[in-house]
Amino acid sequence: METVIRTFPVLLVGAGITLGITLISVANGCVLGLIAGLARLSKRRFLSFLATCYVDFFRGTPLLVQILIVYFGIPYLLDALQKYLMAHYGIPRLFSSTDIPRFWAAVLACSLNSGAYIAEIFRAGVQSIERGQMEAARSLGMTHSQAMRYVILPQAFRRIIPPLGNEFIAMLKDTSLLSVIGFEELLRRGQLIVGETFAVFEIYITVAFLYLIMTLSFSRLVDYTERRLKTRDRSY
Amino acid sequence: MIEVIDLCKSFGQLEVLRHVNMRVAEGEVVCIIGPSGSGKSTLLRCLNLLEQPTGGEVIIDGVSLMDKKTNINEVRQKVGMVFQLFNLFPHKTALENITMGPIKVKRMSKQAAEELGRTLLAKVGLSDKADVYPHQLSGGQQQRVAIARALAMQPKVMLFDEPTSALDPEMVGEVLAVMKDLAREGMTMVVVTHEMGFAREVGDRVIFLDEGRIVEEGKPHEIFSQPREERTRAFLSKIL
Repeated sequence: METVIRTFPVLLVGAGITLGITLISVANGCVLGLIAGLARLSKRRFLSFLATCYVDFFRGTPLLVQILIVYFGIPYLLDALQKYLMAHYGIPRLFSSTDIPRFWAAVLACSLNSGAYIAEIFRAGVQSIERGQMEAARSLGMTHSQAMRYVILPQAFRRIIPPLGNEFIAMLKDTSLLSVIGFEELLRRGQLIVGETFAVFEIYITVAFLYLIMTLSFSRLVDYTERRLKTRDRSY
Repeated sequence: MIEVIDLCKSFGQLEVLRHVNMRVAEGEVVCIIGPSGSGKSTLLRCLNLLEQPTGGEVIIDGVSLMDKKTNINEVRQKVGMVFQLFNLFPHKTALENITMGPIKVKRMSKQAAEELGRTLLAKVGLSDKADVYPHQLSGGQQQRVAIARALAMQPKVMLFDEPTSALDPEMVGEVLAVMKDLAREGMTMVVVTHEMGFAREVGDRVIFLDEGRIVEEGKPHEIFSQPREERTRAFLSKIL
């Protein structure tokens, strides 16, 4: 118990980092997801093919593997490429080290992963809007993008708030995987403390408890917004 | 105002419209009747290209819709449409539903659009509902807002796709009354309907469509009292 109290501030900072990296990743994911989601719905085959590849890859492979590829794989690949260009074309090295800082690797991997899930959320949201809405907007003379912007997306956004909240909670828990590359979020900090103090049970249960506080309070928030939206738009 | 020449439309193997020819003069009210699945709605939806015809020609106010160079968004501004299921924008108030087209498409100022919107709401008898959301309105009221929304673009033609089919019987009258007013003001209207009373009273011409073909057309009293074709007779005997 003493250990927990002594090390609690360290864990609390870790929880803050976990929350921060989740917020950044999901925010990036929303941008990526909107682009990829709309691209999947696009009539341009190539665009929708690209988006489908992106979504399938990041949803179909484990986040842990994606983190390892970004953190270890990409630097290795860049380095090999630089060596090749040097040897065959005499192009000098651009980077003396191709290592990606942990923070950026973490942001990149989680954002890409989140973007793929959010793309599907956006796509489902847009597709859930009745066809008549698009027809009504177009019949007024709106272009496809005007109809999307003023009629479809505003309605879709309301519908995707609950699944977006769930994605946030899932990502919050999944950032614990970043501990494998030594990114000092909540779990990694717990592991380091365990390494020093051997208080295995106390520390890990505290770590779990901190995750629980974050996920529960956030899911309450999602429930609340969902209920508020429902009472406001009974018709949907 | 509207000219339809040899219009064909297929969905895959299914031929929905087979060589339809039709003209609608300015100020004319044409009612299209026929059994379900006869292609009435598809014909109407080809008139503003919500359905892309497979063949033939549609000319609205002198502009060919099948011409690749035609900007369909400009044509649609001249062709208002009212849907069976209203299709009001649920996230907007009645007034906002009406002003959205003028503001976003015609770049009208918000103030001018709201003024126009309130005038139109008054015209459809819903002055007191400006700030109400669609789900707070009855079906008949929603459809009247939808008519006002279409009129806000100041169209030359109004298309009605079974505008009263989704309404409770006691609300049909209020919507038909608004449509009658419109017809009296000289609006060019094409109305797909099952309301034979309306077709008889307001229609200048009635077109009977079956299996994607125009079987018979003429003045309402001719069609309703002395139909020439056997199929028209059979259809009318079932519904009148």
